[in-house]
Amino acid sequence: MDLVERLLDGDRRALARAITLTENEDPAAAEIAAAVYPHTGQGRVIGVTGPPGAGKSTIVDGLTHLYRQAGLRVAVVAVDPTSPFTGGAILGDRIRMRRSAADAGVFIRSLATRGQLGGLSWHTGSVIRLLDAAGFPVIVVETVGAGQAEVEIMRHAETTVVVMIPGLGDEVQAIKAGILEIADVLAVNKADREGADALVKELQMMLQLGRPRVRPAEASSGEASPGVALPGVAWLPPVLKTVATSDQGLGDLVAAVDSHYRFLEESGGLAIRRRRELDAEIRGIIRDVAGQAACAWAETAGSWAEAFTRVIARRVDPRSAASELVSEFLGPRT
Amino acid sequence: MTQGKVRVLVAKPGLDSHDRGAKVVARAYRDAGMEVIYTGLHQTPEEVVEAAIQEDVDVIALSILSGAHLTLVPMVAGLLRERGIDDVLLLVGGIIPAEDRPNLKQAGAAEVFGPGSNLDEIVDFTRRNLRRGA
Repeated sequence: MDLVERLLDGDRRALARAITLTENEDPAAAEIAAAVYPHTGQGRVIGVTGPPGAGKSTIVDGLTHLYRQAGLRVAVVAVDPTSPFTGGAILGDRIRMRRSAADAGVFIRSLATRGQLGGLSWHTGSVIRLLDAAGFPVIVVETVGAGQAEVEIMRHAETTVVVMIPGLGDEVQAIKAGILEIADVLAVNKADREGADALVKELQMMLQLGRPRVRPAEASSGEASPGVALPGVAWLPPVLKTVATSDQGLGDLVAAVDSHYRFLEESGGLAIRRRRELDAEIRGIIRDVAGQAACAWAETAGSWAEAFTRVIARRVDPRSAASELVSEFLGPRT
Repeated sequence: MTQGKVRVLVAKPGLDSHDRGAKVVARAYRDAGMEVIYTGLHQTPEEVVEAAIQEDVDVIALSILSGAHLTLVPMVAGLLRERGIDDVLLLVGGIIPAEDRPNLKQAGAAEVFGPGSNLDEIVDFTRRNLRRGA
């Protein structure tokens, strides 16, 4: 397929077009996905997420710069939310990545989540594989860690960096709980602001409480040091301080990210994560595709109208009505 | 099947630092259901075209209030031609004297929108003149 050949050859227009076709669920996308799959598997995926205003794009720009200095080409996928009211989106992450945008060894693609029904989370895996096949050894995926879709997207990352800033107040308590689930490395950005050290301590404490203690037989010190893997121990996410606008702390951040990746490789965790992610991706697509097919069938060939009328008249509850329609759809297979 | 969205690159080439107009237009495009990539200030023509390629946009909307439009627009249009890109709608907005508009259109701009242009008209023109079946 010509587009795929050009993509594999390094043609950026072909790569960009393939991403568009994938996003749009164009009929050609399936063929493209099949053709590139054998060429994937070399790239590593780093996720960067956190609340709005944390400085994620600036951090991504800084990380990209350092990986470029190490001679690696970098692809960045920057995800922003689609407006639920207008269906449009302002994709403004490129503004903070000036250095990277001017670098020929960097490819930046801004994507919108495109709403809850499926939306981008369906396609993230496919888009990442396109970038992988195009030969980028480092792929950074950046999202605003606000909703379910964004958390789904982070599943594709092998190492997830969560960026926090001091001074967000109590609203961040809820965020913190979710963050501890997905963070492999924590960065307290804008660390020159008041409250940075307190936030670092607070996060470290929450991480320690949430992690299993090392059994004395397995380690000499009896407690896991952040960022250092001991045999038999899960990774304890380090909490780092950064001031991304002046590149402070970014060297340590890259070191922590690389260290986590090595830990995954050496512990076999990488293979486990990849299996889990692929399993979840396939199931997610099956659910979405089959779900859409069932709804479409129910509306056209099935008893949608009749069932809906009964629900409105309060003769049947919505869940039962849905079950009936699904059984009808599945027919003799039920 | 997800429908495609119209993707617009709002770009500020050159040394001009006034971007309020560009942001107003960007919001208008967003409110019309389009995806807008805003580049920020001080882009070179090469950076504009490279962004347009990576983002696979349908439209490039150049915002120029510095008076350098007679240089910048042909440069952007020239680079697009050089890279074989013929399916992107090129629009120009900003402080553009009437007598310069034919020049810009000849260089490759599909339309020029001066200060105070009606946002609905800009969005409408964009939709009607897309070069890719979006």
